[in-house]
Amino acid sequence: MISVRSLSKRHGEREVLVGVTATVERGETIAIVGPSGGGKSTLLRCLNYLEGFDAGEVEIAGLALRPGMAGGDPALRRLRTRVGMVFQQFNLFPHLTALDNITLAPRVVKRASRGDAEAAARELLGHVGLADRAGAYPHELSGGQQQRIAIARALAQQPDVMLFDEPTSALDPEMRDDVMEVIRGLAGAGMTMLVVTHEMQFAHDIASRVWVIDRGTIAEDGPPAQVVDQPRTAVAREFFSRIRRA
Amino acid sequence: MALVIAAGAASALIGGCGAGEPEHGGTLAAIRQRGEITWGGDVQGGEPYVYEDPDHPGQITGFEVDLMAAVARRLGVRARMVQYAWSNLVPSLERGDFDIIANGLEATADRRQRILLSDPYFVYAETLTVRTDSEVRSVFDLAGKRIGTLNQTYAYDILRMLYGDVAKVYEGNEEPYLDLELGRTDAVLLDNIIADRYGCTASHPRLKCLPYDVARGTYVMGIRKADPELKQALDGALAAMRRDGELARILGKYKLWDARQTEALPSEGNANLARGVDGDLVRQFVAAAWVTLMLSVLAFLLAVPVGAVLAVARVYGSAPVAGFARLYIELFRGTPVLLQLFVLYYGLAQVVNLGPVEAAVLGLGLNYGAYEAEVYRGALLAIPRGQSEASRALGLAPVQTLWHVLLPQALRLALPPMTNDFVSLLKDSSLVSVIAVIELTKRMTIAAVDMRSWLVPGLLCAALYLALSFPLSELARRLERRLARDQRPLAL
Repeated sequence: MISVRSLSKRHGEREVLVGVTATVERGETIAIVGPSGGGKSTLLRCLNYLEGFDAGEVEIAGLALRPGMAGGDPALRRLRTRVGMVFQQFNLFPHLTALDNITLAPRVVKRASRGDAEAAARELLGHVGLADRAGAYPHELSGGQQQRIAIARALAQQPDVMLFDEPTSALDPEMRDDVMEVIRGLAGAGMTMLVVTHEMQFAHDIASRVWVIDRGTIAEDGPPAQVVDQPRTAVAREFFSRIRRA
Repeated sequence: MALVIAAGAASALIGGCGAGEPEHGGTLAAIRQRGEITWGGDVQGGEPYVYEDPDHPGQITGFEVDLMAAVARRLGVRARMVQYAWSNLVPSLERGDFDIIANGLEATADRRQRILLSDPYFVYAETLTVRTDSEVRSVFDLAGKRIGTLNQTYAYDILRMLYGDVAKVYEGNEEPYLDLELGRTDAVLLDNIIADRYGCTASHPRLKCLPYDVARGTYVMGIRKADPELKQALDGALAAMRRDGELARILGKYKLWDARQTEALPSEGNANLARGVDGDLVRQFVAAAWVTLMLSVLAFLLAVPVGAVLAVARVYGSAPVAGFARLYIELFRGTPVLLQLFVLYYGLAQVVNLGPVEAAVLGLGLNYGAYEAEVYRGALLAIPRGQSEASRALGLAPVQTLWHVLLPQALRLALPPMTNDFVSLLKDSSLVSVIAVIELTKRMTIAAVDMRSWLVPGLLCAALYLALSFPLSELARRLERRLARDQRPLAL
């Protein structure tokens, strides 16, 4: 489903990604962990080309990405209907209701009729446990509710892959469970997902594999029982021990 | 005596504060004491009245300058000209800002009711100017025609008596003839001094002045009611100048001496045209307010899309596109809208012959577009980056992101400054009177002169502006409340 080869990116002098190579099979859930500033979010954002990269190749959901693609490239728009993204700060559209947030992309990009888009949106609202908040505006919703709407919004495009960029980091602890529950449900339903997270227990429970990313490379890649419980690299060992102390 | 002068000076200072109409007697004695007579005039009246000497920049010259120097010499004092807007000369005289008026003041019956008038020093003739191919032979052929003139002139009064309130009213001497040549009017009625110098000249080969005097009138000096002895002294000086030929010499120097000066003096404009508040006046004001509202709404409807396109170009455009938008904004924001209106209406007349309303809407709209652009740019920049990222991540194209995500949010942020701009535009629309559109402010100044009072027309005008702007502010406030649900302020 996803194949990354020798992906490199630099911000001026600083190398953010250094020749990252990895593959993800259909239905896998990858938890991406590692110290701050290691390149986790950048890798994720390169996968749907919210950020460009300097060298390497990405194949994702049947589309090839290469360095230097233009922002308005139709291939990128096709890509983004196949790859959904959920942000740390939700980024719901404040001028639209929950329902309209979800139906905007299907109606504008896929030219779905209002009726079809709204029927699908109401079903998704049910999945994320917010069937009764269709008419609410983002500022009337709690953070956890907003993030669940944001997940429904991404799912409305019927993507093959979902990217989650620290989806629970901006939430109070009691709100995180609802959001994690939704993500867990998606994993159970066979969605291919990459989740950047600091929740080790969550990573441990739902991930088929865990990537430890440090200084622009994947330092360790394996099932959680191996990577989290018995890390082989010094970087991973230090990272997990610091997390446990905290 | 010193006390009288001090009191006069003091009341001149406070006169503007509405202290009523002070009695300014004893001016002749004060003039002799000072050794100087001050006279009010307006350099804007131009050649040959009072104007800046082209050979000696900074010095004024003109037949009235020479006339006053001669009159002063005969009174044994010096003369000093004081610059005032022509339309304010009479109220300023009454307030005591200067001793007399000597600047193309026409002797009319209703002016005589208000101030003392000296004997005439010049006889002028109202002259009709038309295009060379025109059928018009006299002032009585003008029914249904478009006629240009200047406000507050005898010519304007004549046209009003004959045809009612139909004249197109200009501010400067040149513009009526420019529009006549361009076919925007059919005739111009003004006195022969202006017609000879600005109308039937080599620079207007397509215009001719009809040889018949439509009417004659006289220029006189204006003196305060309380100063009959000053009038007597001035009349004496003028009579002596007429006898010994000095008046003829001065007028001759400016090519103003003609047969009219020695013929029987014409009677004064007899109709008393001073008017009160009546249904017609209110109707005219309401019609003018409608013009103001229509101009403002149309101009704003143009300014909003122009501003939106410029803002998007400046924020998201490529370097040349953004540069062009910036150039446009700086150009239109950095030069006076008055100048832009002049260029549009008169400057480009040979290329595109715009009607006054079209020129006004276009000028105001293009100008305000530059201001709107900066408002929208600020609003676009205030939207968090996450919004366009989320939109792109959902597969929306750049244009779709702009239309569905960014512009609706920018609009909510821009609404308060847009309301501000619209109210400001409503008032700035008064500038279009320079291209002879009669809107609310222009109507007010015309009525003020007709009624010899600024108070009632001023209040009526202010009330109408408020009546226009307040409902619009209220509408915007409601729109804001509906749109900006999540932007209501928290308590501090």
